[in-house]
Amino acid sequence: MQQQLQTAKMTSLTAKDKDRVRTFWKLAGPVSDDIGRDALARLVAVYPQTKGYFSHWSDVSPSSPQVARHGQTIMKAVNDAVAQIDDLKGGLLPLSELHAYTLRVDPSNFKLLAHCLMVVLAAMFPDEFTPEIHMAMDKFMAAVSLALSEKYR
Amino acid sequence: MVQWSDSERSIITSIFSSLDYEDVGPKALCRCLIVYPWTQRYFGAYGNLYNPAAIKSNPLIAAHGVKVLHGLDRAVKNMDDIKATYAELSVLHSEKLHVDPDNFRLLADCLTIVIAAKMGSAFTCDVQAALQKFVAVVKCLWEEFNGTLLPEVLSVSTVALYYSHVNKCMNKKLKKKCAYFRFY
Repeated sequence: MQQQLQTAKMTSLTAKDKDRVRTFWKLAGPVSDDIGRDALARLVAVYPQTKGYFSHWSDVSPSSPQVARHGQTIMKAVNDAVAQIDDLKGGLLPLSELHAYTLRVDPSNFKLLAHCLMVVLAAMFPDEFTPEIHMAMDKFMAAVSLALSEKYR
Repeated sequence: MVQWSDSERSIITSIFSSLDYEDVGPKALCRCLIVYPWTQRYFGAYGNLYNPAAIKSNPLIAAHGVKVLHGLDRAVKNMDDIKATYAELSVLHSEKLHVDPDNFRLLADCLTIVIAAKMGSAFTCDVQAALQKFVAVVKCLWEEFNGTLLPEVLSVSTVALYYSHVNKCMNKKLKKKCAYFRFY
C-alpha cells in the first residue's frame, strides 16, 4: 500500500496512459534506432541552441554520423524507460546522476527533444499516432524528463 | 525585422499551398484541445468538449480550426510584414480573449505534428526548421502586442467581428452585464 502511494506520487501517468504507451511502443520499439537518429537530428536543426551541448563533436549538423549515433543511444534509454514505466524515478536514477553532475543539460531542453520525438512518431506512424496516443506519449516523456531532473538539486 | 532565406520562403509557401485547410485546421485544433486539455478554457461557449470523441465531432471547433489556418495563411502571404498583418488579431486575442501566449506554442506544436503526419518522410529537418521558425515568429509577434497596444487601435470591423461572434455564444444574462453589447 505504501509503495503504491509512493508510486502514485512519482508520476502522473494513469494506468490507461501506461497501457497506451506500452501498446504503441510495440510498433515504435523495433524501429527506435531510426526514430532516435531522426529525433536528435531534428533537435539540432530546429533548435540550434542545443548544438552547444555537442561542441566536442567535429560535426554537429543534422546529417552528422555522431548525431545519428547519439540519437540511437538516447532512444535505447527511452526504450528502457518504457520497460520501467512503473518506476521511472528509480529506473532512470543513474541517467539522472549523469545529466545532473556530468552533462548538466538544462532541463528545458528535455521538452524540446520530446517535441522532436513526437514529430518523428507522427511522421512515421500517421494513423496510429492519434491525439490520445500523442497525449499518453507526451505525458510519458514529461515523466521521463522529471525523472531525469531528479538529481539536479 | 525577420530575415527569411529563399529556401525558407519556398518551404513555407509550398507547405501551405499543398495543405487542405478544411482537414488540417480542425485536426490541429482538436489535437491541441485533447493533448493539452487546459486550452479548452477558451472554448467554453463551443458546446460539448467532454471527451476526445466529442471534440473531434464538434462542428464549432472544426470551423474554428479552419479559421485559424486561414489566419496563418495571411502571414504566409505577407511574410515580410507579419507584424502589421496581425496587429488587430493579436490585440483581439490578448486584450479581449485573454489567451495565454504560451498556448499559441502548444497549438503551433500540434499543427507541426499534424503536418508531419500528412507529409511523412517529406517532412525533413529543414522543412520542420522552416515551419517552426515561421510559427515562432507568429507567436513572438502575438506576445509583443500582448498589453502594448490599446483597444482603441482596433478597427471598427474587427470589433464588430469579435462581438458578433461573442453575441452568438454568450447567454443573455452575461450580455446584460456587458455594456459593450448596447451597441450591437
